[in-house]
Amino acid sequence: MSNRLSGNEAVAYAMKQINPDVMGAFPITPSTEIPEYFANYVANGEVNTEYVTVESEHSSMSVCIAAQAAGARSVSATSSCGLALMYELLYVAASCRLPITLACVNRALSGPININADHSDSMGARDSGWIQIYAENNQEAYDNFLMAMPIGETPSVRLPVMTCMDGFITSHAVENIELLDTAVVRQFVGEYQPEHYLLKKENPLAVGPYDISPYYMEHKVLEAEAMKAAKARILKVAAEFEKISGRCYGLFEEYRMEDAELALVLIGSTAGTAKAAVDELRDKGVKAGLIKIRVFRPFPGEELARALAHTRAVAVMDKSEGFSANGGPLLAETRSALYDLKKRPYLINIVYGLGGRDVKTEDIEKVFARLAHIAASGEVGPVYTHMGQRSKEDIA
Amino acid sequence: MIRAKDINEHTPWQDLTPGGEIYEPGTARAFNTGTWRTDTPIFHEEACKHCMLCIPFCPDSAIPVKDGKRLDFDYMHCKGCGICKEVCPFPAITMVAGGEPR
Repeated sequence: MSNRLSGNEAVAYAMKQINPDVMGAFPITPSTEIPEYFANYVANGEVNTEYVTVESEHSSMSVCIAAQAAGARSVSATSSCGLALMYELLYVAASCRLPITLACVNRALSGPININADHSDSMGARDSGWIQIYAENNQEAYDNFLMAMPIGETPSVRLPVMTCMDGFITSHAVENIELLDTAVVRQFVGEYQPEHYLLKKENPLAVGPYDISPYYMEHKVLEAEAMKAAKARILKVAAEFEKISGRCYGLFEEYRMEDAELALVLIGSTAGTAKAAVDELRDKGVKAGLIKIRVFRPFPGEELARALAHTRAVAVMDKSEGFSANGGPLLAETRSALYDLKKRPYLINIVYGLGGRDVKTEDIEKVFARLAHIAASGEVGPVYTHMGQRSKEDIA
Repeated sequence: MIRAKDINEHTPWQDLTPGGEIYEPGTARAFNTGTWRTDTPIFHEEACKHCMLCIPFCPDSAIPVKDGKRLDFDYMHCKGCGICKEVCPFPAITMVAGGEPR
């Protein structure tokens, strides 16, 4: 069924089709429309979700944790400072192994105060134990949300899932989208059937007990093993999803990478712009390619190394500034992944698009021009650089 | 399904439960948390009228009751806070320094 929806509408519609048991709801731009649209579904009796309005995101995630522990499938949506206010609970949800689903609409973190897109919010939460899946466009935002529960709820994984899309660029722009029939969605997502939950009267349960030093590390290893196991599950769910949708997803998307010598690695909506630039460069005979990371947690390090092994120069593009003074978080992961290759490509990092700063095809072409120079000369120059800022020097 | 009594500080991570979930109630009884005491209450049975005031004031349910009479302290769970001594109307509870009842 074809339709035209914004990214927020698409995710709210996915939630409606799933009909979760509980939503912990607190609004924050640019994700506000998700609980807003969903509140309409609740008010109209189109879902029978317990819609819990709370006073903060700390509480919305607390609601989800309590409900999920009780045995209810729980969802929430947030952005930016709202996600930051959930931080403590993000770790609690993951360490209690509660497969909550959260729609994160990516937005810059303050300060300076800014409501526009970048990835600093979810990148800050990258080590919280949540699976993170990023969308390029509205279709992927919808599809990723539908796949989240079959991934997170499976017993070998049991981890919460954060589906991410770029604020405004994806959340508010209306695009054509293919929606699945609700009956098909419900069969695909299935019922939430945890083995243990608080309301199971035959089996009293304690969730989240104090964990002293002789046990904490063992539980963290269990959690780490679950994150490792998630990779195979993500691919299996994607394969099942392809059967009902015809749309194919992996851990990342390789765009014109077969014989690529110059490649970008990036996340989110910029992939659309970059694909157009890659096409233009290919028309001019440049062997350009693109890898769009879809799954950032678990990070597909070995797979990414294989996909980049034959390239000569790579630009890793970070839409968040990690202030490590050594490059952004995507650079750190990618460079680490490439270390084990016998022959590594040259690698640079470009931090771009912060706080909603636009990126155009001409910008991407400049990045490829820089990569072409590096590949030809062998001179990498500065590795950690920024793009798109006004400067007295013309660097990118 | 592993029981709490079968988990100890030698249990490998593979045998522990996800998130440290405990699949049975009342397991606090099995764990010695009375090692924090720096002061220790002493029960003087001869002075006790079994008024039962100390029992609800104990923050840790460390005063067992049987057949309407309070018994000696459950030192496995008593933290030595001394509230029982403060609320006791009789000279039935005194505190001694240190973690051991003397």
